[in-house]
Amino acid sequence: MRLEPMADAGLRRTLGLPLLALAGTLAIAMALSVVAGANPLAVLGLIVKGSVGSKFALLETLNRATPLIFTGLAVAVAFRARLWNIGAEAQLYMGALLTVVLGTGMLPLPSALLIPVLFAAAIVGGALLLLGPAWLKVRLGVDEVVTTLLLNFVMILFVSLLLEGPMKDPMGMGWPKSERLIAEARLPRIVDGLRLHWGFGLALICAVLVWVMQTRTTLGYEIRAVGLNRRAAAFAGIPVTAVVIKTALISGGLAGLAGFSEVAGLKGSLTLDLSPGFGYTGIIVAMLALLNPLGVVVSALFVAGVFVGADSMSRAADVPTYIADILLASALLLMVLAIMLTRFRVVRG
Amino acid sequence: MPDKGEARAVLRLHAITKRFGALTANDAITFDLHEGEVIALLGENGAGKTTLMNILFGHYTADAGEIEVFDRTLPAGNPRAALEAGVGMVHQHFTLADNLSVLENIILGTEPLWRPGTGRAAAQARIEQLSRDFGLVVHPDAKAGSLSVGERQRVEILKALYRDARVLILDEPTAVLTPQETDDLFATLRKAVARGLSIIFISHKMHEVLAISSRVLVLRHGRLVGEVATADTDRHQLAHMMVGSEIAAPEVGGAVPSEILLRLRDVSTVPVGNAVGLRALSLDLRAGQIIGLAGVSGNGQAALADLLAGEAVPASGEMEISGRGVDLWTPRAALEAGIGRIPEDRHRTGTVADFTLAENAILEAYEKEPFSRRGWFDWKAVDRYTRSIIKRYDVRCPGPDTRIRLLSGGNMQKLILGRALEADPKIILAVQPVRGLDLGAVTYVQNRLIEARDAGAAVLLISEDLDEILTLADVVHVMSEGRLSPAFARGTKTPAELGAWMAGQGFAEDSHAA
Amino acid sequence: MEILDILISASFWAAAVRIASPLIFATLGELICERAGVLNLGIEGIMVVGAFAGWMAVYSGTDLWTGVAVAMGAGMLFGLLHAILSVPFGLSQHVVGLGITLLATAATYFAYRVSLPEVTNPPRIEAFKELPIPVLSDIPIVGPALFAQTPLTYLAFAAAAVVAFVLYRTPLGLALRAVGENPQSVEAQGLSVTGLRMGAVIVGSGFMAVGGAFLTMSAFNSFFFEMVNGRGWICIALVVFGAWKPGKAVLGALLFAAFDALQIRLQQTSLGADIPYQIFLMMPYLLSILALVVMSRRAEVPAALMVPFNRGER
Repeated sequence: MRLEPMADAGLRRTLGLPLLALAGTLAIAMALSVVAGANPLAVLGLIVKGSVGSKFALLETLNRATPLIFTGLAVAVAFRARLWNIGAEAQLYMGALLTVVLGTGMLPLPSALLIPVLFAAAIVGGALLLLGPAWLKVRLGVDEVVTTLLLNFVMILFVSLLLEGPMKDPMGMGWPKSERLIAEARLPRIVDGLRLHWGFGLALICAVLVWVMQTRTTLGYEIRAVGLNRRAAAFAGIPVTAVVIKTALISGGLAGLAGFSEVAGLKGSLTLDLSPGFGYTGIIVAMLALLNPLGVVVSALFVAGVFVGADSMSRAADVPTYIADILLASALLLMVLAIMLTRFRVVRG
Repeated sequence: MPDKGEARAVLRLHAITKRFGALTANDAITFDLHEGEVIALLGENGAGKTTLMNILFGHYTADAGEIEVFDRTLPAGNPRAALEAGVGMVHQHFTLADNLSVLENIILGTEPLWRPGTGRAAAQARIEQLSRDFGLVVHPDAKAGSLSVGERQRVEILKALYRDARVLILDEPTAVLTPQETDDLFATLRKAVARGLSIIFISHKMHEVLAISSRVLVLRHGRLVGEVATADTDRHQLAHMMVGSEIAAPEVGGAVPSEILLRLRDVSTVPVGNAVGLRALSLDLRAGQIIGLAGVSGNGQAALADLLAGEAVPASGEMEISGRGVDLWTPRAALEAGIGRIPEDRHRTGTVADFTLAENAILEAYEKEPFSRRGWFDWKAVDRYTRSIIKRYDVRCPGPDTRIRLLSGGNMQKLILGRALEADPKIILAVQPVRGLDLGAVTYVQNRLIEARDAGAAVLLISEDLDEILTLADVVHVMSEGRLSPAFARGTKTPAELGAWMAGQGFAEDSHAA
Repeated sequence: MEILDILISASFWAAAVRIASPLIFATLGELICERAGVLNLGIEGIMVVGAFAGWMAVYSGTDLWTGVAVAMGAGMLFGLLHAILSVPFGLSQHVVGLGITLLATAATYFAYRVSLPEVTNPPRIEAFKELPIPVLSDIPIVGPALFAQTPLTYLAFAAAAVVAFVLYRTPLGLALRAVGENPQSVEAQGLSVTGLRMGAVIVGSGFMAVGGAFLTMSAFNSFFFEMVNGRGWICIALVVFGAWKPGKAVLGALLFAAFDALQIRLQQTSLGADIPYQIFLMMPYLLSILALVVMSRRAEVPAALMVPFNRGER
């Protein structure tokens, strides 16, 4: 077989294939429900109900989507430049770490000053963590996939070291857990009485800013050119190395914000289970959104809904919550296949 | 030469048709190849020659038609079947694995995959025998990555001979050879024919076709438009068949050279990988002149192009542009210095395939007004500019928002040309500017370069096609192993004399020491 | 000198070889894939699958070697999925690989929960036992290190020898080395690029899964979440460190394992009392990054690695 590029795929292919991928994902989910001995339609129903079926469920989904928007944006920005940042998990923890270091009383500032400082610190922390791998990539040609992946393990051990040592909360009853943020460091809720914090608002704002950056600014143009054809970009005079480094700083900074938002908006302190893999899930979020920053918001909501819904479903029906991860990984693979088939036709010989 | 009536047909193509989308690359092509015969397949770029041979060798499957080798139908789309039937192909882009030795490249795929211990001694003896018989000198233990272009081609031919090919297809084999190497190749081919092999020789160069073939088939726009015995034809008739009309050679008026715009003195560059670097090269580019740079591919032309494009810096020597030395030398500095660049590879270096025409049009100027201000784009201005290029340079396309990968090579090149010329360059670097273009586009691009010269630009034309250089250039230099010949004024050297320079003869011996 | 005491102890070297064994399997698997031109980032997930499948098979009553075969088969299944998506369809090897890792890991955890819903502590199995080789295992230091290991460790070294032999001494190996360098060279000689690459990814994934199975069947004797713990990513670094050569890759794995064994032992010493244990645990990962940096200058990376091949496109 051979793949032949198509000038115009036509509406049927462009819409039909992604829908088919979605249907395939649902079919897999239903098959797995049967394997686990449950009624597939009931399982799907419970997932939907658990994610958007009540005010509580919906707020839970929005809260879960917040860090995913940040990590999804981080991945989307980096992948656009073909900088394979698989280290959003570590960058998230770095952002969270700096938020906790500065926000537990070290800086006695009013909210209006302290929150912006923490916000900036989280960006800087995440950005600096990705700077190393990016620098190794452009200077020595060291593959950033492996270095960013390995740094995830190093970072979580580093956080563990701090939480069991110098940063351990004396009131934590032995748990590896940091002290709580002071009240001035906490992100307020968007609407009084509703359990949704401003981290979500910040995530939306960031998505718009990234979108504007990509479509309206020369930096966005440079990032796209470098990602699509590094050689042509260099020939045209685009400073490729500088663009990769700038991309790394933006990407790492966005992932750092995920940590800031989780700690300052939701948890109030740093623990080792702050992120159940938000950094890795960000890859799925970004890919499902085809790296479009506004699409990231939609796909983060979808992904969060699947997770929240599956959690609630697994309490009601006897199907393991890991069905959500399988569903999303299959969605990722089927979707990239579908998107490819909207651009290429499979022909014989 | 065996008589056509008596000799057996070793290969029959019957009504081969191949479509790519809307384009019909091959339209019901039928012909026979006889034992001990050399057929030349002549045609312009894009006429469908390579597609046809790729079908024959099984890289593509035809939409219709049938191929018979030695009276047996060849299964479609299967290179292995073609090889086993005795068809060997020397591809235009060589197909060697650089990490393997010559011997390993030759025996690759000739033994059952699971049989342990390759019969190297026997293979080596056979290769040595074949190289003696056919005059193909190679070192079986050399790494393919270290071979010169000529050596690589010899290995490609040996690959076919090693498999006892009875039909040999050569796709544009002379494109990368010096005139002398071409003569050696022809000697090898004559030896092969004497041993009963049949050959299909693909080319767009008429004098080579006339020199080697016994019969000429002419392809035009995917159709077989003519078939003549070589003895009964001439250049003029072939050209007419190839293009369908008289070829209008570009009108090149006399040059009025003036001041020196670019001066290189003893410039050397660091070689990149296996490539040749510049060796103490001195060159002057004058305003109002086309300077042609001839030479066999891989003799430092790429290094010189990289240098002028701002992608490489001089390791030693002096470089002056308009009388001023350069310090920080980058692609952007080259653009600022007024160098317009037409790169060799328009698909990979010249354009970003998935960018729109508009995005490609501003690739070298996106951060300048009016396209952007302080980092913010004015896409309307970009759109206006792109439309003006499309109009002024006759780029045929649906519009500025079309992705450029959907354009033909000629239209892509016109956009690159427009992009370069709109910046009003003082120096134009044109590397193989017409390679792979159809004749209409060739004439267009060449005329635009002549116009730019007449307007006072210095044009450096780098090409492997000696005919192109001889037509366009007011002054010719030849490059060999990173050295530059003296300047030869138009008409002072014959192709054969330039060929000797291309083969490295005539260069001062002392520069060898470097 | 406590470090010196450790270095001359037989148990240290035995541990190093034991720690190296799963890495050798998985590194060989990755090496096969990359030699053919496919970066297989599914390695981490495929190791998880192998660890679970082998253990589960034995737990459900098969013998140990059948368990190894089951693990290999399960790994090859995910390898097949990777191969289909990355070879004929030519999808981004980064995305496919990470997707396979996520999918394989999630599928394993799902299967674990479904098959053992009530269990809080995963059951242990009768795993492979040490099989000392008479006479040879009595040699000081070398004996316990190399000749008093479990059969799976012997298999790891045998596998390395077989891979090296196939790669350098058979026509198949020649074709594999060619297809990762220049697929056109293989196509023009009548061999199938798609077939070779898919085969390499499937077989390579089988090796990775056996590497995972080593953890449950020859080391920990049980399955628990996150037991692979980045070993797959380390193996990718080891392939680079080994310059895509089986022999050097095995040496790299041994070297790496020796450091790992050393840091475990150092934790028990007075040094370990002063330094937090997390510092020691970071070492393997930092060491892998260091290895990548050191080797980056003279890497002989297969030229067509990560470049999809589309027939007829040239």
